[in-house]
Amino acid sequence: MSITIYVPCDSSAVSLGADRVATAIAKEAATRGLDIKLVRNGSRGMFWLEPLVEVATAKGRVAYGPVQPGDVSGLFDADFTQGGAHALGLGLTEELDYFKKQQRLTFARIGKTDPLSLTDYVENDGYRGLKNALAMSQEQIVQAVTDSGLRGRGGAAFPTGIKWKTVLNTASAQKYIICNADEGDSGTFSDRMVMEDDPFVLIEGMTIAGLAVDATQGYIYLRIEYPHACEVLNAAIATAYKEGYLGDNIQGSDKRFDLEVRLGAGAYVCGEETSLMESLEGKRGLVRFKPPLPAISGLFGQPTVVNNVISLASVPIILDKGGDYYRDFGIGRSRGTLPVQLAGNIKRPGLVELSFGLTLRELLYDFGGGSASGRPIKAVQVGGPLGAYLPEAQFDTVLDYEAFAAIWAVVGHGGIVVFDDTVNMAEMARYSMEFCKIESCGKCTPCRIGSTRGVEVMDDIINGRNLDKNIPLLRDLCDTLLNGSLCALGGMTPYPVLSALNHFPEDFGINAKATAA
Amino acid sequence: MTESGTTQPTVQEIIATFKDKPGALLPILHGIQDTLGYIPADCVPDIAAGLSLSRAEVHGVISFYHYFRDTPPGKQTIHLCRAESCQAMGAKQLEEHVKSKLGIGFHETTPDGKFSLEPVYCLGNCACSPAMQIGKEIYGRVTADSFDATITTTEASA
Repeated sequence: MSITIYVPCDSSAVSLGADRVATAIAKEAATRGLDIKLVRNGSRGMFWLEPLVEVATAKGRVAYGPVQPGDVSGLFDADFTQGGAHALGLGLTEELDYFKKQQRLTFARIGKTDPLSLTDYVENDGYRGLKNALAMSQEQIVQAVTDSGLRGRGGAAFPTGIKWKTVLNTASAQKYIICNADEGDSGTFSDRMVMEDDPFVLIEGMTIAGLAVDATQGYIYLRIEYPHACEVLNAAIATAYKEGYLGDNIQGSDKRFDLEVRLGAGAYVCGEETSLMESLEGKRGLVRFKPPLPAISGLFGQPTVVNNVISLASVPIILDKGGDYYRDFGIGRSRGTLPVQLAGNIKRPGLVELSFGLTLRELLYDFGGGSASGRPIKAVQVGGPLGAYLPEAQFDTVLDYEAFAAIWAVVGHGGIVVFDDTVNMAEMARYSMEFCKIESCGKCTPCRIGSTRGVEVMDDIINGRNLDKNIPLLRDLCDTLLNGSLCALGGMTPYPVLSALNHFPEDFGINAKATAA
Repeated sequence: MTESGTTQPTVQEIIATFKDKPGALLPILHGIQDTLGYIPADCVPDIAAGLSLSRAEVHGVISFYHYFRDTPPGKQTIHLCRAESCQAMGAKQLEEHVKSKLGIGFHETTPDGKFSLEPVYCLGNCACSPAMQIGKEIYGRVTADSFDATITTTEASA
């Protein structure tokens, strides 16, 4: 009987040598005359163990990692194809603490299946949500999503059901579903993983959204920095068309939904939904005024649902198991699960999907294992480049949209970037201003010009010049950005800047000043 | 109508392929850059004519997006991540090493035309920081040594 060996094709695993490992395994097996079936699965999301090689055994899948090509011959010597003992052996994959303690709903299949196998997808509960949706009225689908309590996972946390309802109730001959796949926040990679490792779940989610609101055209606006995701999505879309899951007669229902991937071109601001739509229309990605809301007048002036990848990828399980099932996870007004991404200076970086309600400390230490460098963790930035920096004193904050808002921070897209005590927070505040300067679309003066002035003020502060004047000036500038910008880029750059200043004043020379003077 | 430019037939084909799509401009620009490596200035009048836009509008779009370039790149483009997660893992030191190794700064090409260097703000490889991309290949946990080794291999295969 042939042995099944799994080597991830996720681009993070590939960036650590997974392709070379797969080649080495195939070659070694051929040399030894062993009959193996090599599956390129998605990643389990335990990136410190990648490339993570798994072997199917009678007891379950056994893991070895991190594996490099040079380890392959030794693994065969140790009979790893039968789950044999080896220094890189980790035991059963799904018994690994990091994995076992998670609650994977949106990521249920990720790492288990071959991303491009529709058979794998359907055998692992795929397209059950669509099947249910096809038997429901549009109002019932929207109600199920509303009942689930799902809120936009891109960062804004707007209730998805309400957005859909607005589009459903706005009459128009043409409506659109846009998937915002412009995942530009540093420290986030959950969208990328969904697209590379389980593309059909996104296609299914978008198809259900189309059915729900009467939209027949979908676009996935994908960032150019994700070439692997682009290839996988296009291949999966082609398969979905071929098998009647997309097109003008979805599974014999007479319902139509077309889907296309459109590439961005390296503009961070295009992750903002109105800027994204301008870009899709072939224009400069300038932010639009709201209202009108995209749900009323969006792409090409038509009613449009714009949802993040994770929001849309969470829809199939909601339609499969019901809104109540999903809502029963989570706390307060943060329902369901959040795929948290641990990144930066952390010992065990990866994807951790859990109900809302864990503390940062549990994530950083129980899952993450502390810093990678072994030094104390000084600060974490949650929610991307526009998220606040949190000091150790705030690590007991519970992961929940409202709890974060209460400490002037954001959960955002669930990315957590860890810094050890070698970081200088004034430098990070300067970087935030510089990033805003580089990425500003230029529409609002506070963001366009304020970010440039912000870099200059930070340079003065870092060089210890005139702090009495420059610190208040920085605060004043942040106040202008916060209140005078149309979108989150200008409006939230003050979060990292001011949180750095407020929590780490010593890095801005404020405590040192008295002695220096 | 704008006067016909001196662009190559491929550009005309790309324009013809995409021009009837809704929001065709970005797909056309991607098509041209994928084929030629950049978007030559003399394509602009043809694109404008194909889409009934002004040349200023087309130029405005090309210049808005960091990814589009109007000069030829080196044989290989290295995208080095500058975002927070990579910074937390030594991206600044790596950046200094890369710049001194190649002898160029960001947005520049080596005199021998082998490498162009561009900053990038997140490759989504944050669990394996610091990260870089050469062509379509992504590299994680990049060190000065692994960078040098990668460059040598890339050069040899180029």
